[in-house]
Amino acid sequence: MFINFFYELKEAKVPVSLREYLTLLEAMEKGVANYKINDFYYLARSALVKDEKNLDKFDRVFGKCFEGIEFTSDEEEHDIPEDWLKQLQEKFFTEEERAAMEEMDFDELMETLKKRLEEQDERHEGGEKWIGTSGKSPFGAYGFNPAGVRIGQKEGRQGKAVKVWDKREFKNLDDTIELGTRNIKVALRRLRRWARDGNAEELDLPDTIRSTARNAGFLDLKMVPERHNNVKVLLFLDVGGSMDPHIKVCEELFSAARSEFKNLEYFYFHNCLYEEVWQDNVRRRADKLSTFQVMHTFPHDYKVIFVGDATMSPYEIVHPGGSVEHWNEESGETWLQRMMNVYPKSVWLNPVPEGYWDSTPSIQVIKQLFGHRMFPMTLDGLDRAMKELSR
Amino acid sequence: MKFEGTDNYVATEDLMVAVNAAIALERPLLIKGEPGTGKTVLAEEVAKALGRPLIPWHIKSTTKAQQGLYEYDAVSRLRDSQLGDEKVHDISNYIIKGNLWEAFTGDVAPILLIDEIDKADIEFPNDLLLELDRMEFFVYETQEHVVAKNRPLVIITSNNEKELPDAFLRRCFFHYITFPDPDTMRQIISVHFPDIQKSLVGEALQIFYEVRDVPGLKKKPSTSELLDWLKLLMAEDMPDEILRERDPNKVIPPLHGALLKNEQDVHLFERLAFLSRRDTTR
Repeated sequence: MFINFFYELKEAKVPVSLREYLTLLEAMEKGVANYKINDFYYLARSALVKDEKNLDKFDRVFGKCFEGIEFTSDEEEHDIPEDWLKQLQEKFFTEEERAAMEEMDFDELMETLKKRLEEQDERHEGGEKWIGTSGKSPFGAYGFNPAGVRIGQKEGRQGKAVKVWDKREFKNLDDTIELGTRNIKVALRRLRRWARDGNAEELDLPDTIRSTARNAGFLDLKMVPERHNNVKVLLFLDVGGSMDPHIKVCEELFSAARSEFKNLEYFYFHNCLYEEVWQDNVRRRADKLSTFQVMHTFPHDYKVIFVGDATMSPYEIVHPGGSVEHWNEESGETWLQRMMNVYPKSVWLNPVPEGYWDSTPSIQVIKQLFGHRMFPMTLDGLDRAMKELSR
Repeated sequence: MKFEGTDNYVATEDLMVAVNAAIALERPLLIKGEPGTGKTVLAEEVAKALGRPLIPWHIKSTTKAQQGLYEYDAVSRLRDSQLGDEKVHDISNYIIKGNLWEAFTGDVAPILLIDEIDKADIEFPNDLLLELDRMEFFVYETQEHVVAKNRPLVIITSNNEKELPDAFLRRCFFHYITFPDPDTMRQIISVHFPDIQKSLVGEALQIFYEVRDVPGLKKKPSTSELLDWLKLLMAEDMPDEILRERDPNKVIPPLHGALLKNEQDVHLFERLAFLSRRDTTR
């Protein structure tokens, strides 16, 4: 019945499963929604969406699917009620235009009508319901759709319902927006969750048996203390560019979560990793540290996180001497590769929105180098990165 | 059997649909939302409205899923065996029933509230998957099979501190309680304080939503804080002129302690007051 809707949701990356879909149908069968579109919207939302960050996506898909009404039967498609057309004409066209229209053929007419409707819709956003609901897509692949019109004409509940999801009040909960002060708390919580593992306290059975025996059979319980966090992190931050504010956010984020890590070290680089990094940004010219030394100091089980926009000339990565600051004997690519050989658990966090990655060659190169373990600096990206690292 | 809010709980239309869907299909209902929007109270009110008993299970960071089913008190059994107590021969003496067991065996299907599920260990929801789905579990120690006589309505609240596993979510209905708009808020207030002055509510609400809109607040005041504040205003018999005649020198609302729970937020307001004072004297 709503297969179309279900697939659209999947398409929009709302994680829905067959089970949830069946739940929705079951609820419909039991009459929970009572054939009211508003109730149906609430029910579908409650059954299919399980996380507030997906509510906005759901609203958008719902609006698209049920505004256009694309699921009427085929026979009806060609059947255009005359009076409906007249009504539309009267509503949207002036006298002269109507006269001119007599000469137009059907396709032309529909085209004009469609254009007019689109214009109206834009100008009167949220204005007349009549336009609002039947606005963009009552015109399917072939002519219009009677069901679509019916929705539009009937004022009242439907109009109100459309508004509910058109409000898109859950926009802020979408986790694809960048990290900022507002959502840094949540990000921190996720980092902490990542760093923590093991139970708080557990019974040490061998020790209990041993000490009970030693105690002449009288029970002596032994508990093992909490297992400590054992996540160790090397953070490589790209500084000295337009991305500095993002880097700062990230730096603060990790240092706030510092207590959760067994060890956390920062290193800075510019644009791409070469033979030297530095730990103190103010004294970057003086206190340089050989990258080899870093690799030799910290063992393989460290997890490595690079943060940078990875936006530069591809030469800076792939060619010896490509660096903008100094002459590098070996290419950045070689150094990154080395890093990854030493630390198999490594990811790259990129503050550049994911949508732009494909159009920047250097991002592509680094993403390839990292085996696609590049993640955007959003809550969702952070989550995926942490998941990748703790795998 | 339908839930339509109660005398002292205003349920929005979408919340009602979600609750009724959960009742009709006997599936768990997961409730999320800002703190203080009435997540926990919902379970109490649903129980009251349906006339069913409420079994609350408040989750802490140390809570284990097993504790909801039953616990086997091995330590006291060992102790009893050392003391030669007769009880020791029957293992069922040492099985302590948990909240879930209680909910399963009630004569009337109760409302089971699993409060703040996100406080527990990350594996907690996974450990309850089958139990909440089939409403049955097995007691290993006594080889007993506990099956729910009547499927309880399970209401789960979460503050979003941990993400819940997909397999768990798939089995629930979900509702996100949004922050009430002024109209709904007015209804909520009239439910709690039936004889409050209209003018006071109007002024107070305006201040309240202004406070919420101040950028950079650490903790935005929520519904429960507004209700506390109103109670205070009424107790102090604050004339509503004071609220209305807000001179710009006093940006901080009267009795702000009920609304602002954080000294940084109070500082923020003081700073704002200072700025506006400077602007007016200039």
